[in-house]
Amino acid sequence: MLSKQKLRGSVISQQEIAPSIFSLWIETELAKYASAGQFVGIYPKNGATLLPRPISVCEAEGETGRLRLVYRTAGKGTAEFASYKPGTEISLLGNLGNGFPLEEAEGKQAALLGGGIGIPPLLELAKGLRSRNPTSVPDIFLGYRDSQLFLQKDFEKYGTVHITTEDGSVGTAGNVLDALAGSGLSPDVLMACGPLPMLRAIKAFAAKRHIKAFLSLEERMACGIGACLGCVCKTKETDPHSHVNNARICTEGPVFEAGEVEI
Amino acid sequence: MTDLSVTIAGILFKNPVMTASGTFGSGMEYGEFVDLNKLGAVITKGVANHPWPGNPTPRVAETYGGMLNAIGLQNPGIDVLIERDIPFLKQFDTRIIVNVCGKTVEDYLETVEKLSDTGVDMLEINVSCPNVKEGAIAFGQKADSLYAITGEIKKKSRQPIIMKLSPNVTDIAEMARAAEAGGADALSLINTLTGMQIDIHRRSFVLANKTGGLSGPAIKPVAVRMVYQASRVVKIPVIGMGGIANAADAIEFMLAGATAVAAGAMNFVNPYLTEEIIVGLEEYMIRYGVKQISELIGAVQE
Repeated sequence: MLSKQKLRGSVISQQEIAPSIFSLWIETELAKYASAGQFVGIYPKNGATLLPRPISVCEAEGETGRLRLVYRTAGKGTAEFASYKPGTEISLLGNLGNGFPLEEAEGKQAALLGGGIGIPPLLELAKGLRSRNPTSVPDIFLGYRDSQLFLQKDFEKYGTVHITTEDGSVGTAGNVLDALAGSGLSPDVLMACGPLPMLRAIKAFAAKRHIKAFLSLEERMACGIGACLGCVCKTKETDPHSHVNNARICTEGPVFEAGEVEI
Repeated sequence: MTDLSVTIAGILFKNPVMTASGTFGSGMEYGEFVDLNKLGAVITKGVANHPWPGNPTPRVAETYGGMLNAIGLQNPGIDVLIERDIPFLKQFDTRIIVNVCGKTVEDYLETVEKLSDTGVDMLEINVSCPNVKEGAIAFGQKADSLYAITGEIKKKSRQPIIMKLSPNVTDIAEMARAAEAGGADALSLINTLTGMQIDIHRRSFVLANKTGGLSGPAIKPVAVRMVYQASRVVKIPVIGMGGIANAADAIEFMLAGATAVAAGAMNFVNPYLTEEIIVGLEEYMIRYGVKQISELIGAVQE
């Protein structure tokens, strides 16, 4: 494992893969050490937008040193990132956060659930689960708003993909949990990333079925490394850092066992 | 040979570069990026007599050239700090300044007393956090209450005390004088400026606390002005902070009257900042033939 650092990366390619969803490949040392569910901070070049933007790792190719980030343009920082062309030099802070515990899926039937811009970090996870355990095929539930799908083809290599759309235009109408409940499948472990209401529902679902769920949370962050205490989440037990039932999403997270967090 | 050392309240600091409270934890996180042995001092995140959970999220928001925070002084309480953070910092060749917060005078005194035998070098008393409803800021916005609490803490404190001043006052010079009269050994300023941000799409406040403390380069000119005004009216040393992003900013604060400086929010932007400032100070001294860095303190030409 590489210690956290701020370093330069170079844009290899960028593509808008769905409206406002961008796929950015970067050449960076961080790719060698990044694991599924971790994130990096990207610093905008505009000096008036100071803070690093936390973006989850979508794919990390250790051998080639290529890191893939898939993000949605939401504000000034991400709007700037969307303008980056091949060769653009960028500043990155990484690798940040704990990542998904792949060992928890060992010998189990895993279901991955991603909603919207929570889908990208599941790709490296699906890849990792499959390479650790080639005979076990995870079920991957991808939830979109409408027919503007993204990354679904990338996931097909690593598991059985179930598509859901809110407007019912593709796949099952509804959300990922509706699709899981309706599938008749009974996974042993859930790993999820997506909007808070979806994660709350998954937490409740997992508790009812007495299975473990690992949820990747997000929050507005400043430092990204656990110093500023900006991005906390309420926890059931006393947190190890501040002893006040507030874990740092950037450091103790972003992935938590659902039972540990009060969301 | 350049000499970067400065003296505050009889304590020698190897250089004037410190870390602004709340932006650097107790150094553990940034220790992955900078060599803590190089720093003049680490000023720790504010600590109270018992753990504080802080405010609800969102606690941070970016603003033009700065950021707002309303962490609400989340901290593990003095016992954990003494047991975990102070021994960690003692491994390094740097001065330790513990920032103390509280809601009542008794809160402050309890923490100050617990710190008396811990071997920390100085205490910084936070009477200026804008994000905590009770206590804290109330002590820091009225000259007579600042004078009174400074006196109470000075009586109990084994270490020299630095009073950290709020910029959210009409007359910073009056506050500086009050702290000095109360017995402060040094002043630090500025804490954050109270601010607010509204999300126009949701028509809601961005911070759960509605208001937050503004920091970063956006506030630097205000901070430089206040350091200038405060340092002119007191004899005790002033530690300057507020948006320092590089060595040039640090020098500006020293010329305005600061004996030492602290880097704060800009650590988030450049985690190597504190070490880079030290290098930059040396370069400036060589360039202008400054042998002892204290030659710069208050050296702006009138």
